[in-house]
Amino acid sequence: MAELNVVLDNPGPEMTREQDLIAQVQRGQHELFYEIVRPYERRVYAAAVAILRNETDAEDVAQEAILKALANIRQFRAEAKFSTWLIQITVNEALMRRRRERAGMIEGIDDSRDEDGEYTPRDFADWREIPSEALERKEVRQKLADALASLDRKYREVFVLRDMEQLNIQETAEALGISVASVKTRLLRARLMLRDLLAGGWSRGWFSRLPFEKGTKPW
Amino acid sequence: MVQPPAFREGNKAMVNHEAVNCELVWREISNYLEAAVTPKLRVSMDNHFHTCQRCRSVLDGTQNVIALYNDERIIEMPAGFSSRLEKRLARSTHARDSGWSSLSAWLIPVAAIALFAGGLRWANSLSVSHPLLSEHAQPGHNIPSDMTVVVSEGAKEFHVPGCDFIHNKDKERTLTAREAIREGYVPCVRCMRKYLEIAFTANVSVGSETRAEADVDDDDHDRNLR
Repeated sequence: MAELNVVLDNPGPEMTREQDLIAQVQRGQHELFYEIVRPYERRVYAAAVAILRNETDAEDVAQEAILKALANIRQFRAEAKFSTWLIQITVNEALMRRRRERAGMIEGIDDSRDEDGEYTPRDFADWREIPSEALERKEVRQKLADALASLDRKYREVFVLRDMEQLNIQETAEALGISVASVKTRLLRARLMLRDLLAGGWSRGWFSRLPFEKGTKPW
Repeated sequence: MVQPPAFREGNKAMVNHEAVNCELVWREISNYLEAAVTPKLRVSMDNHFHTCQRCRSVLDGTQNVIALYNDERIIEMPAGFSSRLEKRLARSTHARDSGWSSLSAWLIPVAAIALFAGGLRWANSLSVSHPLLSEHAQPGHNIPSDMTVVVSEGAKEFHVPGCDFIHNKDKERTLTAREAIREGYVPCVRCMRKYLEIAFTANVSVGSETRAEADVDDDDHDRNLR
């Protein structure tokens, strides 16, 4: 039992390696920083693109966020999770970029709409599970990406941070500067909307027609 | 048992569990998946899923959505993203390091100059005169630098040989005025009076009579007495 506890208490070799690298970068070996962020660069980009919805801006913000993380690496505390810290910096950078670019502009209608109304699922046919092996196919990945991109910003942001970046509810709320209750409400809607968008698509053959093309629905 | 509110069209076949209805299940399904519902509600929802095919479909679909999007392959990175990031980081790291090196490149000469100046000052201190031994010293004027003078141990003034005011005469030694001045001795107000400030201001001609200014060794040490 004691042995099991030791195993559970010990961080995995990857985490230990990451912690070692962080300590070295904090001591001034900045050239090692890319090695730390490399496993997370996709997630950093995903967080940025979820907020900005523009590939070029998202890449720029992702780079800025990573540089900012390097500049502030001494402030990172070992007890925190590096990936969460990095994603929070990214979200902050992306939100600032969006605020700057939207300064003086009228907010989009989807941003001002509140989420008090309940969302009702639309498709009740038996769910045909989409196997994860299907993600080997680029068309399937593209369908999922398109479905995500079609969500209103506020739902997309919460879904990406919680279900893709694996931030918890509290961290998601803090990163976006919204309440925990709002995160929960938006997350519910995002999940149900995505389910509706994907429902039946697999069994109906996504590749013979495109049920998620903009402005059309498969039901 | 309170019946749920009117169901939307198309939901008529929903099964109403005695504890929860479909609308409540939809509202809580996300919290259910987060394990953020009370144990009692969880049991009620579990029971509901066993009997309500539609809610079961919503649950299965939502779980499947979460599992699918947890796969990071869904995010398509722009081509060349990694290499551009790596280059930008390398540039930043280089700038950071060269920032330090340029700072040190700036600091090193400054430190060198400071050291050099300090060294000069230290070296100079070897040749300049000692601090004046008397706080009441008066500046002298046109004292011949090679003039023979006498100092004695424990005294502060230098004198013309034979001066009555030489203290500790059995321990006197002879040297030049320049040497005496370098060692911090000051002119005796009696025997050296004609070279003193008082005498100079009282009678400007005294100094010029004794020795031409050009004859005086014009070094810093002599200026102490001017």
